[in-house]
Amino acid sequence: MPKDSGIGASPKRREDVRFLTGAGNYTDDINVAGQAYVHFLRSDVAHARIKGIDTSAAAGMPGVVKIFTGADFEGVGGLPCGWQVTDRHGEPMQEPPHPILAQGKVRHVGDPIAAVVADTYEQARDAAEAIEVDLEELPAIVDMKAALADGAPKLHDDLTSNLCYDWVLGETDDAVVQKAFDEADHVTTLELTNQRLVANPMEPRVAVGEYKRGTDEYTLYTTSQNPHVIRLLMCAFVLGLPEHKVRVVAPDVGGGFGTKIFHYAEEAFCTFAAKACNRPVKWTASRTEAFMSDAQGRDHVTKIELAMDKDNNFTALRTNTLANMGAYLSTFSSSVPTWLHGTLMAGNYKTPCIQVNVKAVFTSTVPVDAYRGAGRPEATFQIERVIDKAARERGVDPIKLRRQNFITEFPYDTPVALTYDTGDYNGTMDKLEAAADIAGFAARRAESEKNGKLRGLGINCYIEACGIAPSNIVGMLGARAGLYDAATVRVNATGSISVMVGAHSHGQGHETAFPQVVAEMIGIDESQVEIVHGDTSKIPFGMGTYGSRSLAVCGSAMVRATEKVINKAKKIAAHLMEASEADIELKDGMFSVAGTDKSVAWGDVTLTAYVPHNFPLEEIEPGLEETAFYDPANFTYPAGAYACEVEVDPETGKVTIERFAAADDFGNIINPMIVDGQVHGGIGQGIGQALLEGCVYDENGQLLSGSYMDYAMPRADDVPFYTVDHSSQTPCTHNPLGVKGCGEAGAIGSPPAVVNAVIDALQSGGKNVTHIDMPLSPGRVWAAMNG
Amino acid sequence: MPQVSMTVNGKATSGDVEGRTLLSAYLRDHLGMTGTHVGCDTSQCGACVVHVNGEAVKSCTMFAAEADGATVDTIEGQANADGSLNVIQQAFQDHHGLQCGFCTPGMVMSAAALLKENPKPTEQEVRDYLEGNLCRCTGYHNIVKAILAASGQDVGAIAAE
Repeated sequence: MPKDSGIGASPKRREDVRFLTGAGNYTDDINVAGQAYVHFLRSDVAHARIKGIDTSAAAGMPGVVKIFTGADFEGVGGLPCGWQVTDRHGEPMQEPPHPILAQGKVRHVGDPIAAVVADTYEQARDAAEAIEVDLEELPAIVDMKAALADGAPKLHDDLTSNLCYDWVLGETDDAVVQKAFDEADHVTTLELTNQRLVANPMEPRVAVGEYKRGTDEYTLYTTSQNPHVIRLLMCAFVLGLPEHKVRVVAPDVGGGFGTKIFHYAEEAFCTFAAKACNRPVKWTASRTEAFMSDAQGRDHVTKIELAMDKDNNFTALRTNTLANMGAYLSTFSSSVPTWLHGTLMAGNYKTPCIQVNVKAVFTSTVPVDAYRGAGRPEATFQIERVIDKAARERGVDPIKLRRQNFITEFPYDTPVALTYDTGDYNGTMDKLEAAADIAGFAARRAESEKNGKLRGLGINCYIEACGIAPSNIVGMLGARAGLYDAATVRVNATGSISVMVGAHSHGQGHETAFPQVVAEMIGIDESQVEIVHGDTSKIPFGMGTYGSRSLAVCGSAMVRATEKVINKAKKIAAHLMEASEADIELKDGMFSVAGTDKSVAWGDVTLTAYVPHNFPLEEIEPGLEETAFYDPANFTYPAGAYACEVEVDPETGKVTIERFAAADDFGNIINPMIVDGQVHGGIGQGIGQALLEGCVYDENGQLLSGSYMDYAMPRADDVPFYTVDHSSQTPCTHNPLGVKGCGEAGAIGSPPAVVNAVIDALQSGGKNVTHIDMPLSPGRVWAAMNG
Repeated sequence: MPQVSMTVNGKATSGDVEGRTLLSAYLRDHLGMTGTHVGCDTSQCGACVVHVNGEAVKSCTMFAAEADGATVDTIEGQANADGSLNVIQQAFQDHHGLQCGFCTPGMVMSAAALLKENPKPTEQEVRDYLEGNLCRCTGYHNIVKAILAASGQDVGAIAAE
């Protein structure tokens, strides 16, 4: 019988009622009395020198409050990068300045040149059209290989080249790696592209800056996954404001997927301009603006080589990747192709020798940063595609080849710097084989063929490192932040509880799932526990939500804080019952003395804490409120196996996803309904990447996919119902809940399954197609079949 | 500026708007009814769907002036008279048909229009009808399931999870 409350139950989400009745409070729903509106005049060319900006005509337009250009920000810092990568020679990466408004040059379509603040949004837009900008156009830098060629035009004049860093991980001795390849019985090679994507949360970004002269205090309302990170970066690195004078609020946020982690120019601008204009300043991105200003994702070009012995054991893996950084280093951009990608190149397999080479490149395109999975989808795609190709070349079953090479003993130290604490890849694959009905595939293929369609089955595995992660380790690797999280458990006199958390919910259902944990620990009803998040004036300093870390890191902090509360409550209960603290037991919200019939209720103890007439004041303080910061000992390692079945229409090349099954090992699960939903959403995005999506620039650096007319988002009729199985559970060994994280898995695990399935379908039709780059549009598939 | 008048969720409203003011902007900025969301500028995403004289309309595609004299229904007016969720809203909650909630108002309004037109749609009909409503969170699984459930169909057998 499934539980109806507490850990493992699926109560209906409490946040849903407001979202279903139009009562949500998203940032664009916030209007501050007297607010003005800002419109950013953005570059319409990819690369140019700014020869002059004439704002005189615009300044006289109706409603204009003030016009800003790069010159207004000369005394202000630029947007910082939060991770310093050290290259293969021990040198720091090249790190160009990233001004709030362009200074000297524009470096991508969408780079903001000027900002018009006016009484209305329409007036701001009208005035922006009257600004005259004199641009000397320079050659666009779009292709990464060309950007690295000798004599290539430089995007940043002060850097030595367009190379951000040249990085290596794993076996650094080239001769050792080459020897492994020389001794191999077989080498499979694949060159592939992991195309650029746009995260596209349905809510565009918004920022509202407010300044109060009387108290010299700022408030920034913003669409962020991590309000404290924004406050720290903006105060310490950009505007030079004291943190205690700045409040950052991220209210209901309409999806993030990584792209709302980063500190953006518009946030700093609205905060700065609120004081400069002495008025609140609001900015709401249009979707078109989002396409040219939200950090984009992926964009890797890779050559991967897999060496095997005569028995098909993997003996070595070598990759060479070009990673596009775009024009500037977004907040965590530099860590994505390195520590979030290279470290995952062992996958689920015991390959003894691995070398990962990454060159990160500046181009005149929108900056690239973490997007759902961030580096791990790129790693998984390479590994799982090359294994599939290898299985075909060797004539072995792709599942059998994977199983043969699985890591089976834990903890396992990979050759690429991670220690997997636990997992059961064979067990998870067993679940997949059942969930996907692999045994029934042959019959389904025969049926499809009868209807003139090609049917393919694609399998892959994935592993990800989540819950990032130990501050001391990430610090050594270049992170300029700690990666703990924090929670405050505030028990009220009447026994209800507010839990202030550093994690931020923008769709993940924390307001429902987190109380399940606290309520179960104390034995009270979930309705007595409320989660507070998204406001730096209310919550402890936490690092926010990304990398599937909320429950594993912040949830652990919440458990630790709740334990402290329970320990103190037991002392109070012991005092009330004149018993020894060691004899106090807490069950179902009742404190009792072991072996007696004495008991006091949770509410009696909490009331005593705040009305301490009969209280051990000499031993403990009144009140019942505890905070814990939790810094994990390791990453967590969710892993899984996915299966996709497609039909390909040989006449048109159109791919239809017929079945999709996912078996994930997320360790313990707090709310199965929410976890399933996270996986569904990830698979939807992964299918989007595999079949539909692609951010495209032409050779002049023009963004061709700048709206939903051009960028193909997955729609309801592009996807099937998914089958998901989460019964394979190896709990995380180092956090108190034994949880691993589930937010990114679907997006990591699904693209290779889809592509493997399409290749399988084409091969079944006698087409010798071994790879097609995503998205697998009908045109590309048809061309591959008929090429 | 022209004045427009329309009945929104049963209440008479009026306001002075510019000719270029969109219906979505009238609802959000003039009436303060922020349940209707704007997720794009090309009429693709469907977060702004409302009903105008009973028809589902993308309110970012229509000028406020075009709705002069019309009856407009929005997400704010969908709950039952006692404030409880209506059948479609309840099905979305029961089946986890929303995550971040941003596309949800448009999804609920589109679902209502679909079920009015076609009270027992098939899965494919639901998917086809939602062609103009984007969701980035759910992979559509639980939205489709919720709409089928709201139509009174048994969804117990749909994809085990």
